[in-house]
Amino acid sequence: MIKPANTFRYALRALTSHRSRTLLMLLAMAIGVGAVVILTALGEGARLYVLNQFSALGSHMVIILPGHSETKGAAPPLLGQTPRDLTIDDALALYQSHAIRRVAPLVVGAAPVSWQAREREVTIMGTTTAMQEVRELTLARGKFITTDDPHRGEAVAVIGHKLRQELFGNRQALGEWLRIGEYRFRVVGELAQQGQTLGADISDIVIIPVASAQALFNTESLFRILIQAKGRDSIPQAVTAAERIITERHEGKNDITVITQDSILSTFDRIFTALTMAVGGIAAISLAVAGILIMNVMLVAISQRTAEIGLLKALGAPGLEITVLFLAEAGLLSLSSGLAGLLVGTAGSYLLDRAFTDFSVSAPLWASAGGLSVALLTGLVLGYLPARRAARLDPVEALTGRR
Amino acid sequence: MIELQDINRNFPVGEETVHALRDINLHIDAGEYISIMGPSGSGKSTLLNILGLLDRPDSGEYRFNGRAVNSLDEEQQARMRREHIGFVFQFFHLIPRLSAAENVALPLTLAGVEPKIRNQKTEAAMTALGIADRARHRPDQLSGGQRQRVAIARAMITKPQLILADEPTGNLDRAYGEDVADALEGLNRQGITLIVVTHDPLLGDRAQRRIQMEDGRIVADRAGENEQLSKHV
Repeated sequence: MIKPANTFRYALRALTSHRSRTLLMLLAMAIGVGAVVILTALGEGARLYVLNQFSALGSHMVIILPGHSETKGAAPPLLGQTPRDLTIDDALALYQSHAIRRVAPLVVGAAPVSWQAREREVTIMGTTTAMQEVRELTLARGKFITTDDPHRGEAVAVIGHKLRQELFGNRQALGEWLRIGEYRFRVVGELAQQGQTLGADISDIVIIPVASAQALFNTESLFRILIQAKGRDSIPQAVTAAERIITERHEGKNDITVITQDSILSTFDRIFTALTMAVGGIAAISLAVAGILIMNVMLVAISQRTAEIGLLKALGAPGLEITVLFLAEAGLLSLSSGLAGLLVGTAGSYLLDRAFTDFSVSAPLWASAGGLSVALLTGLVLGYLPARRAARLDPVEALTGRR
Repeated sequence: MIELQDINRNFPVGEETVHALRDINLHIDAGEYISIMGPSGSGKSTLLNILGLLDRPDSGEYRFNGRAVNSLDEEQQARMRREHIGFVFQFFHLIPRLSAAENVALPLTLAGVEPKIRNQKTEAAMTALGIADRARHRPDQLSGGQRQRVAIARAMITKPQLILADEPTGNLDRAYGEDVADALEGLNRQGITLIVVTHDPLLGDRAQRRIQMEDGRIVADRAGENEQLSKHV
């Protein structure tokens, strides 16, 4: 039986003797593999970006939402039984737990904010002093809102950086009176430029005391309660404590959802991984197409080389050997084009990585290895049929081209 | 060495059947030099293909070295070809992308012979046929006569018992044809049984035994009148 090294050389020579045909096939499959690599690299980059952004939210943070959902980290149900409202007292009750360091109730809405002639529709965040620490907010000027008694809302406001620019330009903002809805609030502080977190622009915002926001939006209930646990290890305790305390206060009903940063992270992780796989899968379809191309080309090549096959048979090569020779050609083709695609994909990812500075683009190992294996497998599986066809040719017909 | 009994071979051509071989009976001893001649369509190529185990008869028996070979399956027949039979074709059938030496060595490469031994044998074969200096040339860089000698070197490299040549000079002009005939006869003198199918009487008459075919039958089977049959012992 022919030695593997000679099989390889035979196949290699066959491929190089038809340079342009081989190159076109190489290109087809290389594009497929390259696409898989680059697309999964982008997907992976997006995933890491989002996870990093979330990590910047503020550590040890736990979020309570009204409404219970089965899986932690998912959005609370829009339909279903009406949950009890979360109240300021619910929030304050959470201080009973030793695992909880700070509690910040949250009311959110949109309202028109105006100063003198200028007006904007802006997001209004009603909360307490604790929010500054929980969200790690820094002030450019003035001070944060003080809420000694959260039930009472003073008419004070802290404005975000962008809002400040839009309304006041270069003028002094501190001490000025804003009109929010039907109410007036005095500016006591300005947020420093925080930068974007998850695309949420905390610079185009007004922060007022929670009770004032409740009056403004005419609601008793809280949108969220943000909790800062004592430390990373305290988070599980904080979660259990929060559930226990609120459930007790809500007549035994566990009608809240508690989200930790970890659960958010893992949700996003799952979403983005699924997305990346889907995208990679679509790219892999092009691999299947390339494999079919290889099969077609092998069939054509074999029909052109029937005399060669007839010769091999006349020389007494067993059918298996002939199959192996042609299969090796298909295999070599798909392997080299897979490697070429890997090279192109990796190079492309590298360039994209350099282009986007805070977005890392690098293909995960499973995608590169997977793409290459699929390429090789496709080539071999789809190359088998033509190879077997070659082995089955009738020698006399093959040699003479006719009977 | 070769025994054919009542061999028949038919081919469907359109709606009719062509009787390529009718009741062929033939006995060939080892070392003979035989030519098979006849008009086209007489069945001589078909006979050669059956002798070379490239084709199966529809009926009759073929014994090679006493062994019934038509009952062998495809793989076993391939093995017999590999071990005992060499072919020389009219159109050479060299692989165009391989060099002359690589073409000659092909049977050994397919058999997995060690490179050193393979190279030795290749060089010996090419030297014997006077084409050693063309070892690295591609077929398209060789003359017709050289190509055929490459093919002959390839056919003999495995030291077969039998060489079958189908119109070996059909594609060559006179001078080259002589070279090729000499090369083949040289092999026969070493004891290899040689069967040549040809329509060229000048080539055919060189053989010790001349078989004439017509319409699927053997119509004449003459040994040289003026020379003794010399069988190599």
